[in-house]
Amino acid sequence: MIEIAVLFAISCVGLAMALNLWRLARGPTTADRILALDTMTINAIALMVLMQIQQGSAVYFEAALLLAMVGFVGTVAYCKFLLRGDIIE
Amino acid sequence: MMLDAGPIEILISAILVVGGFFALVGSWGLARMPSLMTRLHGPTKVTTLGVGSCLIASMIYFPATQGKYSAHELLITLFLFLTAPITANMIAKAHLHRQGRSIDPNPMDDIAEGLPETGLGTGWATFEGQDAERADPPR
Repeated sequence: MIEIAVLFAISCVGLAMALNLWRLARGPTTADRILALDTMTINAIALMVLMQIQQGSAVYFEAALLLAMVGFVGTVAYCKFLLRGDIIE
Repeated sequence: MMLDAGPIEILISAILVVGGFFALVGSWGLARMPSLMTRLHGPTKVTTLGVGSCLIASMIYFPATQGKYSAHELLITLFLFLTAPITANMIAKAHLHRQGRSIDPNPMDDIAEGLPETGLGTGWATFEGQDAERADPPR
């Protein structure tokens, strides 16, 4: 039962990442592309958590934590660059 | 590792299905909404309900099957819930500033010609002090 539920959730998150990719390629403004990339990072974290439930191993936790931190820093850096034309002033 | 069919298995499966559903709905909203200010709503559902449900399912699954508990899920949850509002605020601010200078026009936003008045007698807070800063000579 859990196997089927995990498979369903992984399919949903994979489809969600495809939708994010569509928005990333198409998004009319630069802020749209930043938002799509940030959502893709969050979906990747969800995918890692689901993968380790499926495999029964806890080796992806550090990767998911690192992705959470680096994704946030990257998004803020993109926004600062758009706002100020520079990241560290 | 298999669980016995029981209430814990049903609970984990239900939480997983809810998480996958909300991740899909949030990204569908990101793809289908007409302008960026409405598109900001979708990813918040992905962050809170989608990833939150997956992490809760993981927090129940690993102690129930392998008998070991770890606080990694709490760390990820805390970090995501702390950073999601900051990210949304920064993206909205970048969008407003690009719109205000009409660099990046998005006709669905109705603010391509400039922002409306706030109605409070003061300007938009995110644009406060910009003119003074521009008037300053470079240090």
